[in-house]
Amino acid sequence: MTSEAAATQVGPTVAAAPVARPRRRVITPYVLLAPTVLFLAVFFAWPMLQALVLAFQDASGAWSLAPIQRMTGDLNFSDSMRITLVFAAVVIPLQTVLALGMALLLMSGLRGAGVFLYLWAIPLGISDLASGVVWLSVFTDRGYINSILAGLGVSDTGFAFLSYENPISLFVCAAVAELWRATSIVMVILLSGLQVIPRDYGEAAEVFGATSWQRFRHVTLPLLRPSLQVALILRTILAFQVFAVVIALAGRQLPVLAEEAYHFYYDIRSPNVAAAYALLIMLLSLVFTAVYLRLLRVRDAELARR
Amino acid sequence: MATASTAISHRRSPPKRWNLYVAAVAISLFILIPIYLIAVAAFTPRAVLNGFPKPLLPVAVSTDTMQAFLSSRGVGQSVVNSLLVGIITLVLSTVLGAPAGYALARFAFRGRDSFQLLILMTRAFPIAILAVPLTVTFINWNLYDTLWAVALVHTALALPTTVLITASVFVAVPVDLEEAALTLGCTPIGAFTRVAMPLALPGLAAASIFTFVLSWNEVFASVILTVQNRTLPAQVLTQLDNSPLAYKFAGGFALIVPALIFIFFIRRYLFNMWGRIVR
Repeated sequence: MTSEAAATQVGPTVAAAPVARPRRRVITPYVLLAPTVLFLAVFFAWPMLQALVLAFQDASGAWSLAPIQRMTGDLNFSDSMRITLVFAAVVIPLQTVLALGMALLLMSGLRGAGVFLYLWAIPLGISDLASGVVWLSVFTDRGYINSILAGLGVSDTGFAFLSYENPISLFVCAAVAELWRATSIVMVILLSGLQVIPRDYGEAAEVFGATSWQRFRHVTLPLLRPSLQVALILRTILAFQVFAVVIALAGRQLPVLAEEAYHFYYDIRSPNVAAAYALLIMLLSLVFTAVYLRLLRVRDAELARR
Repeated sequence: MATASTAISHRRSPPKRWNLYVAAVAISLFILIPIYLIAVAAFTPRAVLNGFPKPLLPVAVSTDTMQAFLSSRGVGQSVVNSLLVGIITLVLSTVLGAPAGYALARFAFRGRDSFQLLILMTRAFPIAILAVPLTVTFINWNLYDTLWAVALVHTALALPTTVLITASVFVAVPVDLEEAALTLGCTPIGAFTRVAMPLALPGLAAASIFTFVLSWNEVFASVILTVQNRTLPAQVLTQLDNSPLAYKFAGGFALIVPALIFIFFIRRYLFNMWGRIVR
């Protein structure tokens, strides 16, 4: 196949017109790609296989189901699985709605939208660990919320937000910290999606008498689907890895999958069980990515543009 | 950002506009107040910090807490380690990823689609988790508990995004300029280094900063792959159980500061990074 034929096959991606170079230089792109491909083979594909191997070996290196059994038989296993899934199920929809609202606000022509955008993008640079510590200062027993409550005379000693006796409030505090930190990334993805929707579409709908809700529901939202897909996949994968926020706020009072992997690796010194947890997180991520790809189906060509 | 503020529908009805400002200010406060509080906590003397109720205003400012944190065992070294890992990561991911990004932007070739799909797939994957199986490899290579091990995983984490952003940067550099240089007698490499490279530099710098922040913030792989040579997040995380609140707050603030600075510098490029990539 000539490079021109390849170009037609790429479809819309080609809009940026990679120039058709003389054929003798056709080797150049492969030379340029080789380092990345090699690196990903060693540090992405290989450890994936390694995880599979480790999870099905015992400590001596013999094939065994012991790590899987140890994982599923662990006291914290079903809790950590359930909490990780519920956490994602609670945080991600809230984040998506909030981020969509923020993106629409920025597009609505507020004065100072640039300033708001910068402020709202700040959490992009903040790590999950830092976010956990920040909200620890707010929610801890003698922290800022309780200081305010005491100052208002509502309660002298405050409320034990982060006590294991209040699992719901523990969960809510971790969810607030995640909302605070990771909504920005969804907002930026959705905002860049909104910006490429041609304005004529909305204006045409307006001419035909569509209300602003109808324009949003029938024009904006369908056109935003590729961005929503990207944002949801990214956020879900990160949510299954949720780790440091929870450790900083709750320790093992609120077990999650990545924390169990860390615990088995670091405290129990069992890389095999840790690898079993890693494998589980990978499988969950794959399954959910597949679900999103199916539910919010976008043509391949559209996907490749993102 | 210009694009955000210019792409506006001017036809919305004005009466409800103040609602929008109330919402925007409320969101801004939700984001800013916790940052303000951790800053106050990090710069309040311990006696005041341990009191209850805590003052919400910086009534007594002192750098004691911060100094105590920075001089406590392991912290200084972990800051240096974090800087080193970040720099190695950004050099590695730029050296590996920028050529790939350039290839995506400039060449039509067989397998281009598959490569793009591979890159997107890796981005939709919990790469940090791969630190667990990688420990075996690193022990075999005598890299376990070294900064290189951490930097290699961080590079795997950053590489897909580096490829995509450098592709978008080079797409924006007009190919005509490079071709003009070629017709005027430049070698292809000369045309690249003397024409395309300088034009792409700001975007590449933004990609590097992004990579650095990613590495600076990453904690799971760092804590799995090191025992003695902790990065700052790994150090803070492993000391959480047995350190006073003041130490945690100072650590939290120290972790946030570079992020605040860097996001300011790369704000113009956020869309290149997360928005549509290669057009």
